[in-house]
Amino acid sequence: MNSILPWVVLLAPLISAGVITLFTLRWKAFSSFISIAAVLVSFACSCLVFTQSSIAAAEFTWIDIAGAFRAPLGLTLDQLSKTMLVLVSGVGATIHIYSLGYMRDDEGKSRYFAALSLFMFAMLGIVLANNFVMLFIFWELVGFTSYVLIGHWFFRDAAADAGNKAFITTRIGDFGFMIGILMVWMATGSVVFSEIAPRMSTLASHPAFVTLIALLIFCGAVGKSAQFPLQVWLPDAMEGPTPISALIHAATMVAAGVYMLVRVAFVIQASQTALLVVAWIGTVTAVMAALIATQQDDIKRILAYSTLSQLGYMVMAVGLASNDAAMFHLFTHAFFKALLFLGAGSVIVMLHHEQNIWKMGGLSRKLPVTFVTFAVGALALIGFPPFSGFFSKDAILALAYERNMPIFILGLFTAFLTAFYIVRLLIVAFFGDTRSEAARQSKESPLVMTGPLIVLAILAALGGFGFFARNFLLLPTEKEAGFIIPALAFGALIVGGALAISIYRNRTSEPVDVEVLRHKFYFDEFYAWLIKWTQELLARASAFFDRWIIDTGAVDGSSRGTWGVGAMLRLIQVGNLQAYVFLFGLGVVAVIYFVVFR
Amino acid sequence: MITLGDYLIVSGILFATGFAGVMLRRNLIIILMSLELMLNAANLSLVAFSRFRVGPTGLPDYNAQVFVFFIITVAAAEVAVGLAILVALYRARQTTDVNGISSLKF
Repeated sequence: MNSILPWVVLLAPLISAGVITLFTLRWKAFSSFISIAAVLVSFACSCLVFTQSSIAAAEFTWIDIAGAFRAPLGLTLDQLSKTMLVLVSGVGATIHIYSLGYMRDDEGKSRYFAALSLFMFAMLGIVLANNFVMLFIFWELVGFTSYVLIGHWFFRDAAADAGNKAFITTRIGDFGFMIGILMVWMATGSVVFSEIAPRMSTLASHPAFVTLIALLIFCGAVGKSAQFPLQVWLPDAMEGPTPISALIHAATMVAAGVYMLVRVAFVIQASQTALLVVAWIGTVTAVMAALIATQQDDIKRILAYSTLSQLGYMVMAVGLASNDAAMFHLFTHAFFKALLFLGAGSVIVMLHHEQNIWKMGGLSRKLPVTFVTFAVGALALIGFPPFSGFFSKDAILALAYERNMPIFILGLFTAFLTAFYIVRLLIVAFFGDTRSEAARQSKESPLVMTGPLIVLAILAALGGFGFFARNFLLLPTEKEAGFIIPALAFGALIVGGALAISIYRNRTSEPVDVEVLRHKFYFDEFYAWLIKWTQELLARASAFFDRWIIDTGAVDGSSRGTWGVGAMLRLIQVGNLQAYVFLFGLGVVAVIYFVVFR
Repeated sequence: MITLGDYLIVSGILFATGFAGVMLRRNLIIILMSLELMLNAANLSLVAFSRFRVGPTGLPDYNAQVFVFFIITVAAAEVAVGLAILVALYRARQTTDVNGISSLKF
């Protein structure tokens, strides 16, 4: 049964973005209401789509070149995409409403809501796309809106630079992704997922080629989901408004990489080597980001590194060939990480844009609702039973225990670090004495901000339970994990939390200082150095080419050549009539010689 | 018996004399005369060709002779123009020596 609902879900935010940009930029409040109405329409339609078991959407032909290349405009509607629809539009809706409070006095409110609507359109497009071409277009569109929203406060250099950095870094991954898509098309002759899947088996005789394709497609996810070694953009993206950090850089866009990997799992899983690489990239990212998070002072940066680390878990699960575990963690993570970011946003706004945790302190008394919801988010993040993270993280750890021991140990270590850094954040920011004037004068946020917090807190608390999650997802089946895995994970988090409490209790400044973690393993410095030298070398090579080949060779060369030939010709232009006659005679003799005797 | 070869030798000597005159003499009048000599050498050989190319009707080939008439006509015109230039040149420079005339513009 063809239904118009999926198209409504997709197009409502686009219409909102168009109307705001073209007509209502001047009326800020009106613009924000249009945007919120659009996302609520999307959410309502998503729920309707979700409840209908057999639903299909009309498909249009977009590009069709003699059957050789066919790219339709079609929508995928299966359990996976329906769940993502509800998740994206649901989390999106809460964040739209929260933005009303967070951005209430912002000059560029209309611009902000237009970009937010455009983002919703692009993200829903990624979820619904049924072929690589559409997916790639929405993928880039998401990157663009992310750029616009990170740079929302473009008058701050840091924000503008962060926008550029995010866009350029993800482009590097996207380039690989694009080549991967082209190679898939070359190998199978199709870009539509449902047509590629059965044809993958014909490539089994070229394992190296399949591995290459899988890794190139994985490149796209590495960029978008900020995996090692392209992770550098995500922490800087925190320069954007906090709701953006919550929506784009925690709950949805960065998860798009994982979603894409799951969507094209038939490609990734065709190669064991590629799976192993994916799993290890995820593991490395998870451990590294968690290590860095233990030494950051900016509340949003801690959460950003935590996001990196959790995305690492999801990619790890994809690499361990379990889409269910990856999607389950994506699902729960979207709730608790959006919650944590919005909680942080509430703190930041009430402290007049103070983000350093050492200047907070004692906020549990000043912002009780924020504190309670933030704590729920934190408990879900560290996987404290029975909050949602406990179930999804355990599923991934159990999987790793079963398939790859080293990865399991590193995953457990990451769980320990996660507990350590988030408890450190809680202790420093919410307990102890207030350490700044702003913190002393802060008070609870308005209802428009605490409302979404409470909704998300309930979801973060309940999201992991089977009776709730089973309606949305196929839950990963834990085999013989039994009692060991939860016990080990619980032990790790208790140790991590206790360690953090013992170190940071009643401190007013950082007691442990690990230079290498504080500098994020010097990745930014290394990239700056790398880019500087690459640029230097390229500049030198092109300067050499310009100076010696273009200038000296082509430009000067042609002028000197003309001049030299002229000088030589001038030698025979003596102005003596009889010399000309002599030369003329010689010429005639030569012509006769060549005509007659040759 | 005088053969075609004899005519051509004479013609060649005349041509060479004319060419040498053009190349070696400094006086423009002599150069002009030598040019005429070269033209007449050509005429002589053409007439000789005409005389020695007899068709099946027993008549010589008149094409070459027509050619000669054209050459004589053109040569007359050329001499008229050449002498006019020479007179003009002499009025301007008071000389007919080619070594003195080495630039295109006075």
